[in-house]
Amino acid sequence: PEHTSVFLSNLYSFSFKKKKKQPTATLTVQLTLACVSAPQLFYSFFKSLVGKDVVVELKNDLSICGTLHSVDQYLNIKLTDISVTDPEKYPHMLSVKNCFIRGSVVRYVQLPADEVDTQLLQDAARKEAMQQKQ
Amino acid sequence: MKTGRFEQQPTTNTVEEPLDLIRLSLDERIYVKMRNDRELRGRLHAYDQHLNMILGDVEETVTTVEIDEETYEELYKSTKRNIPMLFVRGDGVVLVAPPLRVG
Repeated sequence: PEHTSVFLSNLYSFSFKKKKKQPTATLTVQLTLACVSAPQLFYSFFKSLVGKDVVVELKNDLSICGTLHSVDQYLNIKLTDISVTDPEKYPHMLSVKNCFIRGSVVRYVQLPADEVDTQLLQDAARKEAMQQKQ
Repeated sequence: MKTGRFEQQPTTNTVEEPLDLIRLSLDERIYVKMRNDRELRGRLHAYDQHLNMILGDVEETVTTVEIDEETYEELYKSTKRNIPMLFVRGDGVVLVAPPLRVG
């Protein structure tokens, strides 16, 4: 039986009673919201890496090693227990334990290779690309 | 954003826009040219419309030019390093291509 799938949050059920002696028709409309939220691939990816050690290289050439504490939709990053990697010719930040890094100043994030499921990533990227086209 | 379509669009194999070309390179080695005279070569695992990318087995090349004070000679130096798994932020990316084959 044909039914239209539009997505909202609640399930609506309509029953139409026709005239007497005629069968009751029940139209069930499933409504779920087609959530076209901002694509989330890398946000989800980083969320899966919370608790892992990473090295964030900034656009000003500073490299910071730390534990990924949290990330947001802008890919802003919070690191804990940080230390400056590379020869410490850059600000030592000895007293700084935690930091918040604005996403836009990040150049690279070096990741532990064994924490990354490359197959899953590739599949997710294909899906994200499809979703983005529509 | 186009008006909502309720049917699931099956994965299209046709290449329509530039980002589709990148999709064809998933799990392949690629060459990425970046700002500040940097280049990357690695295996593409993920990307998005901003050109944020995840690359595996990456070799980064940073090219600098030193100029001799007396002779004004330009000396091109490049520094390479290897990184097993790297997230690259899209705003630094300038070009994405299959790896260059040295003829």
